[in-house]
Amino acid sequence: MKFWSKVFAIARKDTLSELRSREILSSVLMFALLVIVIYEFAFGGDPDTIKTVAPGMLWTTFVFAGMLSLNRAFIPEKEQGCLEGLMICPVSREAIYAGKAISSLLFMLIIEAIGLIAFTVLFNLPVISLPVITITVFTTIGFVAVGTLFSALSVNTKAREMVLPILFLPIVIPIIIGAVNATQAALASGSFSDVGSWLQIIIAFDVIFSVVSFLTFDFIVVE
Amino acid sequence: MKKITLAILGLVLMLVDLYLVFNWVPVLQNNDGTVNLEQKILYLMIPTAWLAMLAFVITAICGIAFLAKKNEKWDVFAQSSAEVGIVFTTLACAVGAIWAKPAWGVWWDFGTPRLTTTLILWFIFLAYLLVRGLASEAYRGAVFASVVAIIGLADIPLIILSTTLWGNVSTMHPKEIVFQGGLDPKQGMLVGISVTTFTILFVWLLLLIDSIKRDEIELKRLKELNQA
Amino acid sequence: MAGELDSVTRPLAFKIQGLTKSFGNRQVLRGLDLEIEAGKSVTVFGPNGAGKSTLVKILATIMNPTSGTVFINGQDLKQNAWAIRRHIGLITHQTLLYGNLTGRENLEFYGRMFDVPDLKSRIQEMVSLVGMTARQHDRVATLSRGMQQRFAIARALLHKPSIVLMDEPETGLDQEAIPLLWRAMPDNAENVRTVIHVTHSLERGLELGDRFVILDKGKIVYEGVREAIDLAGLKDVYRKSTSMST
Repeated sequence: MKFWSKVFAIARKDTLSELRSREILSSVLMFALLVIVIYEFAFGGDPDTIKTVAPGMLWTTFVFAGMLSLNRAFIPEKEQGCLEGLMICPVSREAIYAGKAISSLLFMLIIEAIGLIAFTVLFNLPVISLPVITITVFTTIGFVAVGTLFSALSVNTKAREMVLPILFLPIVIPIIIGAVNATQAALASGSFSDVGSWLQIIIAFDVIFSVVSFLTFDFIVVE
Repeated sequence: MKKITLAILGLVLMLVDLYLVFNWVPVLQNNDGTVNLEQKILYLMIPTAWLAMLAFVITAICGIAFLAKKNEKWDVFAQSSAEVGIVFTTLACAVGAIWAKPAWGVWWDFGTPRLTTTLILWFIFLAYLLVRGLASEAYRGAVFASVVAIIGLADIPLIILSTTLWGNVSTMHPKEIVFQGGLDPKQGMLVGISVTTFTILFVWLLLLIDSIKRDEIELKRLKELNQA
Repeated sequence: MAGELDSVTRPLAFKIQGLTKSFGNRQVLRGLDLEIEAGKSVTVFGPNGAGKSTLVKILATIMNPTSGTVFINGQDLKQNAWAIRRHIGLITHQTLLYGNLTGRENLEFYGRMFDVPDLKSRIQEMVSLVGMTARQHDRVATLSRGMQQRFAIARALLHKPSIVLMDEPETGLDQEAIPLLWRAMPDNAENVRTVIHVTHSLERGLELGDRFVILDKGKIVYEGVREAIDLAGLKDVYRKSTSMST
């Protein structure tokens, strides 16, 4: 299983680098928390309004934080030609994709975990529940599946990070719809059955885009 | 030669179509007795929405062909389809909004899967065209754009599915009177004629833009050859 | 070809035929034919835009040729890029090192990626070879350019590649380290190392090389061997090609 050992070596390298600088975790996390606080003021502090828009608030926060985090996936690779460094290694391009995706997934999940705690504390909403956590994990997988591919693409363009939102946002609309509605159902009833059909869309997205991104990544990084 | 035939055919059909829309098809009555003229926009909306989708599928399939065969002609065709496609998509969205206001009282309704999908399609087309220009050079831009188109193609079923499911639960969604059953056979036929007419218009535009692009490329190549 | 390193029948390190590379309409390499025997050191000169860096990238397997064939150690680049990479070390003017990681951690990462056996001791060996034992636990971003390039050399040679590709490797390297780089070249298990050295500097290139190639506008305009060097002719062609490119 040489493929997976290299994948994890890459993910480990990213994690080590991030732990050293804490660039993503600190700046993106701060952003997420601030956005959540702003929502409190944006919605007038009315607890009923908050309750209604909570799923939307949660997911817009995660989408924006996710984009910031995903942008960081390939920027360090551009410095000092590190992406070339990866490509001269006897490792398949797909392994690079997988390694990057896994490290991005890890960072996003950490930020989302803290975000969920913040939501519970600040808004008194029962978001730390198994359904919501499941939704969060699967949706994030979808974000990362597409986002890693697009991040590699954007970093190779003239406008760099600014290109990512243009590509990313239209494509992830299906899972945002799925995540928001699933979260709404989860908050309302707390059971898996209501969440079911929405979760299926999210999982379908994850599967389709993991495969498509995996297959097309080679075209993005090789000139 | 082929293009001129298409152009003339398209023009003729368009005139016929317009005539039929205003003089042949029975006019519906609204519930309150007023004449439902805006319903006629259907004959513009359905073709443009269908062609927006067709243009995108063509772009994506040509993108796949380009990545596989690495032959520039596929990419040129894909780009032409995207350029014509975004025009039709813009038209479809604009027409949808113009119709929505008198029909539903709102300019837009995200609960309609068709409208929402068309809007998202517009963004994906835009992303496709932007990425081309933003890459460090033309060839890479073409590769990037092709990948964007492929991702978009994979996304379309999910967009349709999620927007439909969402439309069903969305509170703001009014009933689509016009689209639910009971289409007069004449109306059905006219929809078919309109779709055919616009498709011919689309194909003509596509071939025209494609040949213009190819001429531009040939011109550039000859210029470079001359300089070397 | 089985790629057996036999002193009698050694496959060519590089067999390049009709290599072209275009970026859309822009042709960068216009048909290169080159054969390099194993163990030889080839210096590639050429003005900016000649295609030198593109050539290196293609040989390093990080860029695909548009047409033509490239055989490295008897293996086809198109089919066996993966296998070929194990034998190639790349040194460019970029260090290919991760700034947030220490020199040692960078080497550990690359060592894992190249499946280097006895990684710990090999790293120790390389780090002392480039004279960076004292600074191996410092983050690369905190090191001077010269020190970073030293680690880059360690990185490139870590997996004992039988082929070393160098694109302006001395960029940023401090004076003491330059002889270090060249001393490190012959270090290889089978003691056979093929070197392709791309440089702007005519003097440097002439000093170190068995063969000389001048690339201009994507074509080879001069080829010569050290034993039978036509110095005047080479300098003439070089001057012509560099003056023509503005």
